[in-house]
Amino acid sequence: MRTYLAAAAALGLFAAPAMAEDVTVAVTAIVEHPALDAARDGIRDGLSDAGYKVGENLTFVYETAQGNPATAAQIARKFVGDNPTIIVPISTPSAQAVVAATKDIPVVFTAVTDPVGAELVSDAAMPGGNVTGVSDLSPLADHLALIKEVTPDAKTIGVIYNSGEPNSVSLIEKLKELAGPAGFELKEAVATKTADVQQAARSLVGEVDVIYIPTDNTVVSALEAAVKVAEENSIPLFAGDTDSVPRGAIAAIGFNYYDIGLQTADIVVKVLKGEKPGSIPVKQAMGTNLVVNPAAAKKMGVTIPEAVIGRANTVVQ
Amino acid sequence: MSEIAFLGAVEIGLVYALVGIGVFLAFRILDFPDLTVDGSFPLGAAVAAVIITSGIDPWTACLASILAGAAAGLVTAFLNQRFGILHLLASILTMIALFSINLRIMGRPNVALINQDTVLSPFYGLGLAGHYVRPLVVLVIVAIVVWLVARFLRSDFGLAMRATGVNPRMARAQGVKTAVHIYVGMAIANGLVGLAGALFAQTNGFADVTTGIGTIVVGLAAVIVGETLFRPRTIVIALIGCVVGSVLYRLAIQFALSADAVGLQASDLNLVTAVLVAIALILPRLRGRKAEA
Repeated sequence: MRTYLAAAAALGLFAAPAMAEDVTVAVTAIVEHPALDAARDGIRDGLSDAGYKVGENLTFVYETAQGNPATAAQIARKFVGDNPTIIVPISTPSAQAVVAATKDIPVVFTAVTDPVGAELVSDAAMPGGNVTGVSDLSPLADHLALIKEVTPDAKTIGVIYNSGEPNSVSLIEKLKELAGPAGFELKEAVATKTADVQQAARSLVGEVDVIYIPTDNTVVSALEAAVKVAEENSIPLFAGDTDSVPRGAIAAIGFNYYDIGLQTADIVVKVLKGEKPGSIPVKQAMGTNLVVNPAAAKKMGVTIPEAVIGRANTVVQ
Repeated sequence: MSEIAFLGAVEIGLVYALVGIGVFLAFRILDFPDLTVDGSFPLGAAVAAVIITSGIDPWTACLASILAGAAAGLVTAFLNQRFGILHLLASILTMIALFSINLRIMGRPNVALINQDTVLSPFYGLGLAGHYVRPLVVLVIVAIVVWLVARFLRSDFGLAMRATGVNPRMARAQGVKTAVHIYVGMAIANGLVGLAGALFAQTNGFADVTTGIGTIVVGLAAVIVGETLFRPRTIVIALIGCVVGSVLYRLAIQFALSADAVGLQASDLNLVTAVLVAIALILPRLRGRKAEA
């Protein structure tokens, strides 16, 4: 034991000045799943690109709560006790647990949809305190721009969503703000369960020029029902998530969570270089994947412009 | 393990000690295998979060959480006693229903309390750091609960409840209204779990609809670890066993979280926790066998 202590002391004495650049980044996620894991890898690679390399001058700690918020709270306490240079929580519950556990250690959250609603920051533009990060709210403006590009004559957009899903309700509110200035009129159709989706889609026939399906769990689960109505009536149908495109939507722009990780790493690097988290505005995630489905477009009586197909990350055959 | 991490584990262990006591009342005292707790824990958190964010006093919120949890326990007892639905199934029905109800109560899956006044707020101003204040406040609440439950179980009514659990036919023969005791026992058990949920939301800054998953496992682990270590002969010791068992369970997780250093991955967490708890259960037996030999 004494030798260990002596060795530790010696290391500390000799190493401290030489390793002044050494940093510890502690990352935690509520659960392991493809998107969140990709975000984590993006953070690590982004730090590496900025010169913070694992095994050299970066200690990269990663913990997952395996889906349990109580464990997330414990991980938060462990990180605060370990006093790393920066804590990076991925997902809302992990971020809330970390933010509740420390007022001093810099926190850069990521993959949080509504950081203000989650009380992580009081003002996204000027967070103040020790917290900032990246929000992954759906890029609705990009979605509207895509609709305009593919179907330039469209004036009225029909939106099918479940009014019982809080995420969808806030998306629709945001969409209403953006639609007017973008030259669109919105028409809502509510489906509170998957069995109602077809009926909701039918109610839009003759009323709208295109149909847009946001990232709504209920409607996306029954996407095929809406696609069928759209095909029968030649109404172009767009989606808010890329997974819906192979299922029959014309096109969608969705996040690439690895890119979100890279953007998070940019903010982490800024903080490591000495910027105060409180003075870095919360960043809206970018770096999205465009997925198009020309066959589905044809069935709905639309041709996707070559320019859109050309810049698509994936073209569904 | 750092001091903050240690005290954090103790604090969360003390919060879940209330779950342990609730599970002890249902499983051990009433002999009623009750899975309602997976729903009543987030129910308590949801009720407290919604009441606190609407600007009402956090202690009132805790009381409302206890009542909400108790109501959940009553529903399970009602399904079982009135309609003869098997206790496990009755509690599962209540549990899955509560998932939707919790979403309704909160209006969304997650309510933040980070910037709200909680029962802990008045104590932060007393000069102690937050990571000391939280476990101390929760410890006081748990101590009061242990005292009240122990007193209750030694009262005439409590003794009749214990008889109901041990031998319902005998109890009925002695004029004990067993149904009443099952209703009251389930209400108290889930009321305590609701209080635990309320405290969890307030000490960790959020109520989330997923917080309930696995609550029953944590509660059972607390009860069984406590029983193995203490071999309780009195009610008070058994209740203290639940508290100590719950804290030890959290310390096991905390050790597992620090196990990355010995080459384990983050994803091994639950496995390491299970192994540590298994060791805690096996060790006293080995010692016991040696003593007998």
